[in-house]
Order: sequence, then structure tokens, then C-alpha cells
Amino acid sequence: MTLFPLKLQAALSARRGKVLVGPIDLELEGVGATVVIGPNGSGKTTLLRMIHGAARLTSGEISWACDEARARRAQAFVFQRPVMLRRTVLDNLTYPLQMRGTARRHAAEQAEIWAKRVGLETMLDRAAHNLSGGEQQKLALARAMITAPSVLFLDEPTAALDGRATREVEEVLLEARAAGTRLILSTHDLGQARRLADDVVFLLQGRVLEHTQAREFFNVPQTAQAQAFLRGDIVE
Amino acid sequence: MGDLWEGLSEAFRLLVTLDTDLVEITLRSLQVTLSALVIGSAIALPLAAFLAVRRFRWRRAVIAVLNALMGLPPVVVGLLVYVLLSRSGPFGVLGLLFTPTAMIIAQVIIIVPLIASIAHQSLRDLWSEYHDLLISMNVSQAQKMRTLLWDARRALLTAALAGFGRAIGEVGAIMIVGGNIDNATRVLTTAIALETGRGDFALALGLGIILIGLAITVNLAIHWLSRTEAEGRW
Repeated sequence: MTLFPLKLQAALSARRGKVLVGPIDLELEGVGATVVIGPNGSGKTTLLRMIHGAARLTSGEISWACDEARARRAQAFVFQRPVMLRRTVLDNLTYPLQMRGTARRHAAEQAEIWAKRVGLETMLDRAAHNLSGGEQQKLALARAMITAPSVLFLDEPTAALDGRATREVEEVLLEARAAGTRLILSTHDLGQARRLADDVVFLLQGRVLEHTQAREFFNVPQTAQAQAFLRGDIVE
Repeated sequence: MGDLWEGLSEAFRLLVTLDTDLVEITLRSLQVTLSALVIGSAIALPLAAFLAVRRFRWRRAVIAVLNALMGLPPVVVGLLVYVLLSRSGPFGVLGLLFTPTAMIIAQVIIIVPLIASIAHQSLRDLWSEYHDLLISMNVSQAQKMRTLLWDARRALLTAALAGFGRAIGEVGAIMIVGGNIDNATRVLTTAIALETGRGDFALALGLGIILIGLAITVNLAIHWLSRTEAEGRW
């Protein structure tokens, strides 16, 4: 099933008359990791939610290479603040599979594999709400990955994590990318963007100012705002 | 004070001797109330989940009406059910008036808005927490509702217990539709009303104490069975 290219044509999201993001024209290809960067309030989260279908488009169009229902089933989303179901770690992991009709036994086997992969294998019987912030984010990542999504959206996935947890999460993401999962993530951590990005979308005030290959963006940013952002200046 | 002591000793005597009339009306009270609770919860909880998850034009109005109906006067409900089930009413042919079934129907009408309103508040809060996650997982509306009902089960138990409390202590509606017929539709509350009217305050108090004991026992039993106070694994 081919999902890409993903095309945004004059995509715009507004709320109560105020434009949050857009109009945006963007085309993404089907491999690697796209990192959306920009200062706080630039519309990174809204853009990800728009593409994922969780935020309503006010105007314009977002189209995948396949029909929208198929595209939606092939996606998963990891939020900045992980949302934990009021269940055990095991039940959080099996939930998305069971919602897709996977037998409980098979779902539990997959859950154990993923729990081990993110280092939560000894916590399967614990209430997810009792985990630390880093553990919760790793659980959220494993819960997203367990359905083997073709596209994984991550909204500042390591914003609240310490260095060690950030490294663990990034390792899982790099493995996923190597295995063919398309990553689209937002971050305002430039170091993380350098480590993960194949291409960069630089967003400011809800508009795409640059979309280039990562190396090109970090070495020769085209716009004055991107240059200022990379220098660490305050960009509004 | 004299009546109170007499009531306590009467309650003690009735319990120790396992008075047959007492056992019968206590069992009938439980049968009517628990039946109403099961049926009422089966209607109210999915309704509450539906109202939490689904956005439709009259949603706010429906929630407002449901909240208003929490204060539904039982006597009016009793009168309404009486009219519907009486011989000349639309359901008179069923012959349900002055039967425990009629009492269950009246109690269901009284407790559904109460359970649904309390449950809706809990489910609405949980839905605001789960909204983005469940949307991103692309789950169906029915799956969302099932997820909310399961994950909020402890809060929903409180809603159901509120319904039980209202139903077990209800007297106005079931007096009208049940008729307080000895060996047929008499329950603890209607028996208390009868004995008070007769002037037998000791017996009425004794029955009242047993009613309170029953309500507390059932509440504790449900809490214990569902381990609401135990260390949560969710």
C-alpha cells in the first residue's frame, strides 16, 4: 500500500476566525524522518494534527496517495504529554491491537515483545498512571508502534524527558526508521532535529518558511528567520 | 426516646426470630430494587457514554433535561405509570398494575436520569482525557463508548449506588403502582408507611432500621466485591 506522496495544498486551520496554521503547501515523500521545527506557538502541533486528521481543516486539502480511511489506519500518534488508559501497562499495550480485532493471546505476545524493547517488561502488571514521565512516554511509543504503523507522528516526544530517556526513545525511533516506518515529528530541540531529521520543515507563525534536506537546512538556511532560530535568537 | 428504644428492640426481635413477613418483604424490596437497578443501569450507562462521545444538535438540551429529571417527583412518576398500566390505559391489557413489575417500571423511570447524569459527568471528564488518543487510534464510536464505560467503572459504580439508594428508599411511586398489597407488592418502605399510619411506631421504626441496615450492607457488599478501595491496577 502506497501512502506517499502526501500533499498539502493551501491547507489552513482556523479557530473562531483566528488562523492557527496555514495556508500551507507541502509535499512529503515516503521515506525517512521529517522534523518540524520552529519556536513555541509556531503551529507545529496543529500541523501534525492536521496531517494526521485529528484537527479539522478550515480550507485547503490534504491528500494521501491512497484513500483517507486506509491512510488513517496506517498511522499512529505519540503526544507530547502521554495519555495513559486507566489500565495496566500490559492492557495499554494490547488495547490498539484488540481494537483492530487481534486475538487477546497474540496481542499479549506482541505486548511483551514491545515492553521488552522499551525496557518495561518488568512493569506489565503495574498501573500505567503510576509510571514515571519517561516510562509513560516509552509506553506511549510502544503502544503506537505495536500496530506497525507506516507513518508515526510524534509531537515533541521527548520534551519532558531526561537525557537517558530521550536517548532510549530516539533509539527506538531510529530503529523504526531503519525498518521503514515514516517518521513525522515536531521538536524545538535542535540537537534532536540534527540527530533524527532527513528533511526539515521550518515553521513560523503558522507558515512554512523552509522545507529542505536536513543537512542543507542546518548548513545554509535560506531565510533570515531560520538563520536567527539556528543561532538561538528569539524569533517571533 | 421510648419509641426509638422500642423500635430498636422490635428490629432486634424481628431479625433474631427471622420473622417470615419481614423476610418476605425484605426479599421483595431487594428483588424490586435490584431489578430496577440492573435495568436502569443497562439503559443509563450506555446513554451517558453516548452523550459523552457523540456530538449532535440537541445534545446540550438532552443533558439539561436529564439533569432536570434527576429531581423527578416519584409520586408523579407513580401516577403516570398508573395511568399507563391501568385497565383503561394503553398498556392495561398487560395486567401489570399492582404487581412487582409495575413497581420496577416506576423505579427504572426514577433512577435512569439520576444514574445517567452522574455517570455522564464522570465519562465526560474521562472523554476529555482520552479524546485525542482514541481519535488518533481510529477506534469506532462503539469502541470509544465501551472503553469509557470500562475505564470509568469505579465512578460508574458510584452512580449505580446512588440509583440504588434512591430506589430502595422510594415509597411514593411504588405505593401508587404496587398498591402495598400484603404478600404481593408490600415492600419495606410501603410497610413503614402503613405501620406509621396505623400508629405502630415501634414496628415502623424497626422496619426503618432494617431498611437502613439493608442499604448499608448492599453498598458495602458492592464496594467489597468491586474492590473500590483496594490498590488500583486499573
